[in-house]
Amino acid sequence: MIAFIARSSVQKIVTLFFVSIVSFLIIHLAPGQPSQVDPLNPKFTPEMVARYRQAFHLDQPLYTQYLYFYRDLFTGKTVSWKDNRSVLAKIWERFLKSLPLFIVGTILTWTISFPIGIRSAIARGSAFDQTTTFCAYLLISIPGFFFAYILIIFVVQTFQVPVIGMQTFGLNQSSVTAAVMDRIWHLLLPSVLGATGGIAVLSRYVRSQMLEVESQDYVRTARAKGLPAEQVHYRHALRNALLPFVTMFGLILPGLIGGSVIIESIFSWPGIGRMAYEAILARDYPVILTVNFVSAVLVLGGTFVSDVLYLLVDPRIRL
Amino acid sequence: MTFLTRSDILLAVQDLSVHFRSEDQVARAVEGVSFDVQRQETVCLVGESGCGKTVSALTILGLIPQPPGEIAGGRILFDGRNLLDCREDEMQKIRGNRIAMVFQEPLTSLNPVFTIGDQIAEALETHADLTSAQRVERCVQLLDDVGIPSPRERLADYPHQLSGGQRQRVMIAMALACHPELVIADEPTTALDVTVQAQILRLFRALQQSHAMAVLYITHDLGVVSVIADRVYVMYAGIIVEQGLRAHIFDAARHPYTQDLLEALPTRSKRGRRLYSIPGAVPNPAAKPPGCPFHPRCRYAIPTCGQQPPGMCDYGDGHRARCPVLFDGGPSHWGQETLTGKV
Ligand SMILES: Nc1ncnc2c1ncn2[C@@H]1O[C@H](COP(=O)(O)OP(=O)(O)OP(=O)(O)O)[C@@H](O)[C@H]1O
Ligand code: SF4
Ligand SMILES: [Mg+2]
Repeated sequence: MIAFIARSSVQKIVTLFFVSIVSFLIIHLAPGQPSQVDPLNPKFTPEMVARYRQAFHLDQPLYTQYLYFYRDLFTGKTVSWKDNRSVLAKIWERFLKSLPLFIVGTILTWTISFPIGIRSAIARGSAFDQTTTFCAYLLISIPGFFFAYILIIFVVQTFQVPVIGMQTFGLNQSSVTAAVMDRIWHLLLPSVLGATGGIAVLSRYVRSQMLEVESQDYVRTARAKGLPAEQVHYRHALRNALLPFVTMFGLILPGLIGGSVIIESIFSWPGIGRMAYEAILARDYPVILTVNFVSAVLVLGGTFVSDVLYLLVDPRIRL
Repeated sequence: MTFLTRSDILLAVQDLSVHFRSEDQVARAVEGVSFDVQRQETVCLVGESGCGKTVSALTILGLIPQPPGEIAGGRILFDGRNLLDCREDEMQKIRGNRIAMVFQEPLTSLNPVFTIGDQIAEALETHADLTSAQRVERCVQLLDDVGIPSPRERLADYPHQLSGGQRQRVMIAMALACHPELVIADEPTTALDVTVQAQILRLFRALQQSHAMAVLYITHDLGVVSVIADRVYVMYAGIIVEQGLRAHIFDAARHPYTQDLLEALPTRSKRGRRLYSIPGAVPNPAAKPPGCPFHPRCRYAIPTCGQQPPGMCDYGDGHRARCPVLFDGGPSHWGQETLTGKV
């Protein structure tokens, strides 16, 4: 176990190192300039641009810039070029804003996908199975942003409720209930939208896992023992079908952060995804790179968590 | 063997047909099969791979997936009751309780995520009214019966911690849990190596005696049949081609297929000689040859064999073979009945 942890930590640190280089190169070599040093920006004189270039180390070779950036990151001194605030503090603050979306979205995804997938597998070929299959493929093939606009128009026209942003401005004086309802309405649509794609994909995956397990010999053995159908499906089959999903727990958070970029931009939600999007538009390199690095750490940490979880739930794997 | 009294017969499969329907064809896996098993008797169902043995066994327990499977006809009388008319909840009371099954693949037939103690206790939980302490004792007893050393410690083991032979013993213990009247064993030793095979066979023999149960033993190996069978049914391409006491089959086989199987069997007297193997292959159940399904491979085949279905020919004392050519009973045994017809 200790050997496993040590080995996988070393592997992950090496991976992280390469990720840091590649992401640094991609960001710096991509076309476009930070808005402060963009020669086309009329707000800045050439002298100011030169001063900024020096302050941001943009006049130095790339590898020096790389070293400066990661030195600052590890000493916690990285600041945004836009407002000179600490990047880590910004990320944390925006992450907290995204958190309600993440939580509601995840709960929706997991609580809806599993019952749907399991039922379609057990009642394979039934009307229920065919309907959910059709809806899943429909949702998978419609682009998310398009679906979002349809949903916004529909909800706003039908229920006359506000959906953009986190809350309605100027509502401060109204009653507590109104304020809470306002928050809930704002939260609902982006969460549902963030969840739909996940539900479509995950429920398909649950269905195929469950179908695969249902045809295994041990499920037949369970039936031959005279166990009731529910016990065969929900104890013998489901327990095995769930194993691969344990490995997904570790990757939920990085997945949510990635997905939030589009959803939060559409709904003007001031969360971490929107921040990343704005940072990219402004070529705010420290913010982009830090978000990138933090995501990479989360992904690698997540896979590690997944491996450990798998060890715990599958009796066949022992170290 | 003359007529059995009704109460002696525990299981009577009559004229059973099972088909598998796919988009463009129908596989007639089992076609008009009849056999019976008396109480406390060991009956062997023997035949090459794909001849419909497993399908017959699964049909008895109501475990054929429908679709694609389809019971095209027949009756399965268990203790006088037609199992094909039973509702699912009635079948659940019979499965694992009065009829238990041991499967071919001990490696995949146990659930990898539950302990063997759990898996044996489950049958008891479903069918027997025991406290959990009594269940544990019964599990220990069962594992001991099937020859697993230090059974109490093994209860907490997962299947992957046991060898193939031990897993098959666990499967057998699981089958015996509720004192079934009939155990169906579907090639229980095929996946095991030879020494373990012999041990498991001896175990079956001993358990059958001590538990006073009937065993329907399915195998493709006549060597196994010669060790444990009281009576034998030989199956080919979904039909029964010969039946009789063990001595009938081994000393006086009347069907060319049975004779070929015997010739292909390695024995001491044949040592050093090259073993005979039957030419050709088992027909695809979706495209069986007309007439006698064995005729493309049969050394005695005459033109009639490819045109008319052969009927069962009675040699007396329960010994019957479906080959009119080797039976001089005359033309009345040809085409009188369809292959799904009565004997
Ligand atoms: N689920 C199924 N779907 C379609 N066809 C099937 C199915 N199960 C069995 N069959 C058909 O029934 C035929 C008989 O199969 P069965 O498993 O009974 O053979 P067997 O005698 O048990 O052979 P083996 O010695 O290989 O176990 C097969 O050739 C196959 O075509
Ligand atoms: S009926 Fe004809 S083909 Fe069939 S076994 Fe007899 S001789 Fe052979
Ligand atoms: Mg089989």
